[in-house]
Order: sequence, then C-alpha cells, then structure tokens
Amino acid sequence: MTDVFAPSARGGSLFGASASFRKNTAYWVMVLVPAVFLATLYLTPVISVMVRSFVEPTVGLDNYATIVDSAAIRSVLGKTAYICFMTTALTLALGYVTAYAMTHAGQREKYVMFFLVILSFWISVLIRTFAWIAVLQPQGILNDILIGLGLIERPLRLVRNDIGVIVGMVHYMLPFAILPLFANMQTIDRTLVPAARALGASARWAFFTVFLPLSLPGLAGAGILVLIFSSGFYITPAILGGGKVVMVAEYISLQMSETLKWGLATSLATCLTVVVLALTVAMSRFMEVGSAGKRV
Amino acid sequence: MQSELRRPTVSFSRVVGWMSVCFLIVPVLVVVPVSFTPKRYLSWPGSEWSLRHYEVLVGEGGWLSSIGDSLIVATAAAVLALAMGTLFAVGHWRLNNGVTRNLRLFLLLPMIVPPIVHAVAFYQAWAVLKLLDTYPGLILVHSMKALPFVVLSVSASLINLDPRLEQASRSLGATSRETLWLIILPQVRPGIIAGAIFAFVTSWDEIIVAIFITSREVYTLPKRIWDGIFDNIDPAIAALGTVMILLTAIGLVVKDRYEKARNIKIGAS
Repeated sequence: MTDVFAPSARGGSLFGASASFRKNTAYWVMVLVPAVFLATLYLTPVISVMVRSFVEPTVGLDNYATIVDSAAIRSVLGKTAYICFMTTALTLALGYVTAYAMTHAGQREKYVMFFLVILSFWISVLIRTFAWIAVLQPQGILNDILIGLGLIERPLRLVRNDIGVIVGMVHYMLPFAILPLFANMQTIDRTLVPAARALGASARWAFFTVFLPLSLPGLAGAGILVLIFSSGFYITPAILGGGKVVMVAEYISLQMSETLKWGLATSLATCLTVVVLALTVAMSRFMEVGSAGKRV
Repeated sequence: MQSELRRPTVSFSRVVGWMSVCFLIVPVLVVVPVSFTPKRYLSWPGSEWSLRHYEVLVGEGGWLSSIGDSLIVATAAAVLALAMGTLFAVGHWRLNNGVTRNLRLFLLLPMIVPPIVHAVAFYQAWAVLKLLDTYPGLILVHSMKALPFVVLSVSASLINLDPRLEQASRSLGATSRETLWLIILPQVRPGIIAGAIFAFVTSWDEIIVAIFITSREVYTLPKRIWDGIFDNIDPAIAALGTVMILLTAIGLVVKDRYEKARNIKIGAS
C-alpha cells in the first residue's frame, strides 16, 4: 500500500501533505480505519494463501510444476476454459440482442423487460439453480413436456453434463451482460442510425457500420465481466454438473476438503486470483470497475 | 423522433429479447407449482395441491432456525459494512487524493477476488484465530464481502453533494462531528439505504465461504438449501423459493415506488 504520508497528488510537497493531514485528521481516520480493518482481516488471509502455495509441502515451485504437468489438472483447466468460453459467447450474444431490444422498446415495454431482468438478478442463485434441476432432470418438467408432446421417447440427459452447467451459468450471467450493455447503448446518440439511413444506408449496413462499433466498448466490458465471474464459478457447476463437470473452483474445494492437498489448493487459488485480477485490469479500460458491481 | 425510431412490431431483436427475458424468469417460476406438490419428492402437483412443504418450513426441520441464523449474520454484517463503508466513502469524498483513490480500489477487492479463494483464505486464517463455525467469524467475512457495495453506493450518492455545504456548516460554527451527522449523512441517505440492502443481501445469499467455515453452530439458510439440494432435492426448497421470489418482487416494487416518490419530491422542490 502507498505510504499515507507521501506527497499526495494535490498536496505537492511533503510539508503540504502533512499539513493537509493535520487539518483533515478526522477524514484521514475515516479513510484509514476501514483500510486497516481490511488489510488485517482480509489481505493477510488472502496473501497467506499465496505464501502457502510456495511453501507446502516443500519450499519452491513444486505446486506450480504439478499444475503444468498433471494431466488431471490440465483437463480441469481445459474444461473450465471451454465452459467459460461457451458461457461468455452465449451470454454476450443473447445479452447484446436483449439490450438492443430494450434500448429500442417503447417506454412501457422497456420498463417491464428491465423489471424482469432485475428480478431474476436478485433471486438467490441457489433457488435458481434448484429450479433448473426441477426443469432439466431426467424426470423433470422439460423432459415431461417433450415426452408428452411426443417429440422424444426417452428423457434427454440435460444435467450432470456440460449442457446443464452452461445453461445454468448463462442464466446466472445474463443480467450481468444485459445491464452494462443496456447502460452503454443508452449513451449512443439515437439520431445517428436514422441519419445513416437518411443518407441511404440499409438498416443492416447502418447497424454494422454505425451502431455496432459504438457499442463495442460495452461489449468488451461485459464480456470480460462475464469471463471474470465464470472462471471462478462454483455453485452452478457443482450442482448442475453433479460431479461430472469439474471446474477449477470445485477442484480447489476438493483438494481442500477431500484430499487435503493444501499446496495444490492454494497454488490453484493463486493462479485463479492472478487471472481474475489481470482480467479486471483489462476490463477497467472499457468500464469503471465499480460499475461492474453486482446488482443495479 | 419517436416515429422515426419506431420499429416494425415484430423484429429479430424484439423476439430474441423477449425470449431471453422469458428464459430468465419462466424456469425460475416452476418452483411455484412444484412447491404445492403433495408428494415427498420434486414433482408437478397434478390435481391435488398441498401445503405440506410450507408446513415443513415453519416446522421442526430447522428451516426457521436457519432463517434466524441468516438474519443475525446478515444484520450484523450489514451494520459493520455500513459503518466501515460510509466512513470510507465520506472520508474519500472529502480528501479525494491519490492515496484515497488507491485505497478505494483496495476496498473493492473483495468484490473481484473469486469466492472460492475467500473460502481457502478464511478457512486457513479462521482456524488459526479460532473463528471457525462462530457467528463473529462468518459476520466478519460477510461484512468484508459487503464492504465494496456500501462504498460504491454511498460514493455514488456523494457525487452530487456540493462540498461547499460542508464548508458552510463549519463556518456557521458546527463541529466536524455535527457536520457529519447533521449535514452530510442525511444528504446521502438514499446511498446508505441502498448500501444497507446490498450488504444485507450479500450476506443473506452468501454460500461458498459459509460451506467451508461453518458447520453446526452457525447454520445459515443458504447452507441449509445447499445441503437440501445435495441430500434429496427437498421440495421444501421450492416452497422457500416461492416465498423468496415473492418477497424479492415485492421489494423491487417498493423500491420503485420509493424512487418515484423521491424523484417527484425532488422535482417539486
């Protein structure tokens, strides 16, 4: 952390800063109390995870060598990457079109869509995942309907495989994509597309050459945000994957609770943190990190 | 302008948009009919509807005590996060220099670091501090996870606050404490209320850290749902889900009304 008494951007000289400190002692205390609270009780535990990854069971980079060498871990990482990629691609595609529809909907329709998106956003992820079990399991509602309609004879396998996990994750991530995309599209000047049309561009040409380029920063930001949440996702893969689709977060938890390989658990956790922080830095180029926060 | 922008009634984006919205809502709503099934297992109720799974919620099954645990933890975590987050947001608003901007990014960390990493970190650290499976242990973690949301929402409502208000208050003889309580905090009340709700819900919903750092003594609602899903896909969860969806919808409508009323008040003044 930066030295608090160092010259601030505003203060200029060391003397100025300490004078400012004396004048604003109360405010400095207000800022420092939460920071120290978090440094002690949050940062210390997180950093000790990283430290442990280099010292257990032996000092050195053994754990990281295992991550690179082990075929089992490679397949978990490969599965994680595949599920993250599919989730992000599907979420962005659906989210983009939905945000576009909301942007161009009438006042009332926009309000209803927005309300429903926010509602799904606030419903507990466990309840949502539970609902997906009721829908997707072999004796579930979707299979019942499809059999009832005579479309299939035997239940389709929709849980305990990639399909279930991807469906559940897209469902969870979609509002995280729709809301920033919608916010971004609101900032696009609504006279530009009609102007392009008036100058003779077809609807499609106007969309691809005018609207889409202006919405790309929003798309990039939303995409990275979904990728950040997907990469460390635990609940949906654990429940809808039913042990068959193991992503990195669940693998870490297994190392912790079943095999007690703390070195491996902590080193994978360290890698995950580094990846997520790097993605956050990348995302900050497209949107304010604060605005990525859950729930509007 | 309106006529220029009017789209044909059925467009690709509108159809796909509504399909996504239905995809978000309809599957979740299946918990409503399922919760009325008379059978012991997860099933469509058919012709007979029953309230047995709602009776389980208020009966001996421990659901009520878990709701109690969640209320205790979420309330305490929200109070702690609110105190810390508001302090920071006000201090940062007033100082707003390079140091506090960096500290602000630091305070947002718990929102970005994946929950499973928190689980590993706090499982280790709380074992040392003897905080595993205790209320203070879970409350501390949840308050730290909620802190970023309080900082963000209080900061957001401070953006519109004129710093000269504070100078005016001070020059009229108020102490800095009086200024904080009588001038600044009332102005940022909407941000504080929003922050409190964010913080409460963050804790109320939190499952991953709770799985690892609590067992019997502290048994929150998400943890009981989690165990219920893995044990036997308990239909009582559908009943609970129905209640929670209803409360969420009511909460959103109330929030909407509140904001509309507030906007009208601001518009009128």
